[in-house]
Amino acid sequence: MFDITIIGAGVVGSMIARTLSKYKLNILVLEKENDVGNGASSANSAIIHSGYDPEPGSLKARLNVRGNYLFDKVAEELDVEFMRIGSITLANNQEEVEILESLVERAALNGVCVKVLNHDELKTIEPSITDKVIKGLLAPTCGIINPFELVVAAMENAIDNGVKLHLCEEVTSIVKQESGFIVNTNKNSYETKYVINCAGVYSDKINEMVNKKSFTIKPRRGEYFVLDHFDNNYVRHVLFNVPSSKGKGVLVSPTTHYNYLVGPSSEYIDDKEDVSTDKETLDNVKQKAYSLVDNLRLDKQIRIFSGIRAVSDTGDFVIEEVIPYFINVAGIQSPGLASSPAIAEMVEEMIKGKELKEDYNPYRKPLPRLNKKTIEEKIALCKTNPLYGNIICRCEKISEGEIVDAIRRNCGATTVKGVKKRVRPGFGKCQGGFCEASVMKILARELGCDIKQIVYGKENAYILKEGTKGE
Amino acid sequence: MKTYDLVVIGGGSGGLSAAISAYDEGVKNILVLEKEAYLGGILLQCIHNGFGLHTFKEELTGPEYADRFVKELIEREIEYKVNTFVTEIKKNDEDFTVIYSNQEEGFVLINAKTIITATGCSERTRGEISMQGDRPSGVMTAGMAQKYLNLEGYLVGKNVFILGSGDIGLIMARRMVLEGANVLGVAELMPYSNGLNRNIVQCLEDFNIPLYLSHTVKRVIGKDRLESVIIQQVDENLNFIEGTEIIFNCDTLLLSVGLIPNNPLLTSLGVLMHPKTKGPLVDEYLMTNVKGIFACGNSLHVHDLVDFVTNEGAICGKSAAKYLKGNLNTNNIININNGKGISYVLPKTMYLNNDTTFKLNFRVNKPYKDVELIIKQNDKIIKKLKKAYLIPAEMESVIILKKDVTSLDDIIVEVIE
Repeated sequence: MFDITIIGAGVVGSMIARTLSKYKLNILVLEKENDVGNGASSANSAIIHSGYDPEPGSLKARLNVRGNYLFDKVAEELDVEFMRIGSITLANNQEEVEILESLVERAALNGVCVKVLNHDELKTIEPSITDKVIKGLLAPTCGIINPFELVVAAMENAIDNGVKLHLCEEVTSIVKQESGFIVNTNKNSYETKYVINCAGVYSDKINEMVNKKSFTIKPRRGEYFVLDHFDNNYVRHVLFNVPSSKGKGVLVSPTTHYNYLVGPSSEYIDDKEDVSTDKETLDNVKQKAYSLVDNLRLDKQIRIFSGIRAVSDTGDFVIEEVIPYFINVAGIQSPGLASSPAIAEMVEEMIKGKELKEDYNPYRKPLPRLNKKTIEEKIALCKTNPLYGNIICRCEKISEGEIVDAIRRNCGATTVKGVKKRVRPGFGKCQGGFCEASVMKILARELGCDIKQIVYGKENAYILKEGTKGE
Repeated sequence: MKTYDLVVIGGGSGGLSAAISAYDEGVKNILVLEKEAYLGGILLQCIHNGFGLHTFKEELTGPEYADRFVKELIEREIEYKVNTFVTEIKKNDEDFTVIYSNQEEGFVLINAKTIITATGCSERTRGEISMQGDRPSGVMTAGMAQKYLNLEGYLVGKNVFILGSGDIGLIMARRMVLEGANVLGVAELMPYSNGLNRNIVQCLEDFNIPLYLSHTVKRVIGKDRLESVIIQQVDENLNFIEGTEIIFNCDTLLLSVGLIPNNPLLTSLGVLMHPKTKGPLVDEYLMTNVKGIFACGNSLHVHDLVDFVTNEGAICGKSAAKYLKGNLNTNNIININNGKGISYVLPKTMYLNNDTTFKLNFRVNKPYKDVELIIKQNDKIIKKLKKAYLIPAEMESVIILKKDVTSLDDIIVEVIE
């Protein structure tokens, strides 16, 4: 019997699991994929929004602002890359300037500090903007985060504190009992007191396994370009278009590794898992991005991707104990990443009869992060473990020691994508061309399996079909 | 800290040749650093034959070709380290500091008076060419599949389509068939192939593999592993032509869509890059704008044949030796530019000094028939060559006598139709 069963190990499920792991609760997390954070949490703008934008009074507004505030502590405890670089929303014409001014009022209502700057003021702090920019809204608290790390770190810390994570288990039905629920999966059956539904695009389906339909999730896709790192000062802030009559606009933003993201598009689709990309949509993204930066360096493009947001037809986050002991945490689209620590706090308050543990440790063991070390530190680290001297990923300079560490930790990597998400080999210009074979060999060795069993990401995404040498 | 006269980064065909020639020119204190477990570079996974026709007048396999140079290196007792990756080069007042790392020594700092970078090239990926549709496994570069097959002993798939008719794609078409896969076809965006003619014949025609010119992949389909690709014809402006889609059910899509010089170490040193080749800008001695740093091989510009890389490596090694002796005369600089019909010329500059010749390498921007190649300064023609045909896939090289260069005006290479 579990006290809590969390369905879905995206950023929301993982942050809730971690927050609740400070209590004497028997917690289970069920995830249908073979890794945490494989849905919306790993394919988004990687922004910790300041919170000036959501409708005042909405859950989104409240939780975004609170979540943003909590991120310094979360990032420090979990050793997650997070930089408060600030965002600038750029107005290029009179209509946009007027909208910008209305955003100032909205920011005040949401309790977010913003400042309107004119062209020359903007140019000094952000030289990449175009000459057309008239005014910009600076939100200094906006940050960028490594979203892959955040989910993994939260879940790793949750497991360190006793949470159980079952991957590749898809919930097939939930039966309400006199007290609690039975959660059936494709593999097992679990008794639980609480169900917390964090199933992302499937959260409406999970809700309807027990309750009557109260919201519908409409998958909305966003497509992006990823640029290689080439100049850490190319773009210094998160740059947004002003949302106007022409649409929502896009952003150009550095990542925590000084790659640059250009996107997203915004399209409602039918298939909850259709993360394909398409030329027309990306061309449209490109056009919008030209209004943000003077010199859009698409010659540095190394990847395109898309992610799905779980948008609720209610227009706001759905966070409610819909019937006793069944909590929906649904419709967590943007600013979901930014709100996630505050969402976890809100759910924490909903859980009755909990008691703090004495030995809860909020700190995750820091990553080795060779690239952030001085040469003296690198030399010393290699003496403790020579595998740190063996560089596997040329583009991102990632050592075998770091890859092995990412596999051996709690919530460790089991796939090529899992390693990539945790420590970045394959994120660079060659996209794994040089290092993928080495990463596969390390995975097979560490997991004690045949290299042919190692998949790229999803369970059936095999890489090697068959051996050719006497097999 | 150890000091070397010359550090060669990369132990492939360019680096090996450079180290050997520098040694033969009197530089004895050399260190070659190689990332992989063996010297030889990309040749080690190129187990087909056809290497060395120019250099040895023989048809060797890639590993055999590499082995000849590895033996030469070892005979000369030139120091080398494998499984060793250079993470950084720093410029000092007089020399450079190179930081390398490996499992045995950890991170190590050494001084280098000169550096030759021969770090090869990388393949363009699906992300770089904005391939549309899903992102399943089974879509990979041809070189990656070649590595899995020839070095690791694994076939990546059984039903294969290939995008791009670069040489690696063509070689892999044949190779996959020989290992029991079905190769359904090769699509090429341009109306002509980007591979060597002999590879079209020996790798496609001999195996009845269709080549779809002016076609490209429109969409990739497959949530987990690749299930199918849709190819479509393009017009002269590279726009899709309606109604020409062909669907291929396949588990593998190999990409042979171009190679880009790999120079992660140079930009932070202030080395200027050539916008077209994506390699460093060099002078006739293959020296970059940072004095003491030389480049050769596929990290300088992508070559068609390894024999050309070997030659370039030899020039580079010789130049580094000259530089170390203080004999590199870089006065009387002349710029070299590409004119009509030429996509790039290398080197970027030459010097009017006591040397007798220098070598120009260039590629045309599209196929030409029965044209003249002109190398000129203003209206004065330095050299004129009649060419029955010229194609972008084949690099042209011309030796120029310095006595024919009579002024400091820019040298222009152009095609006259």
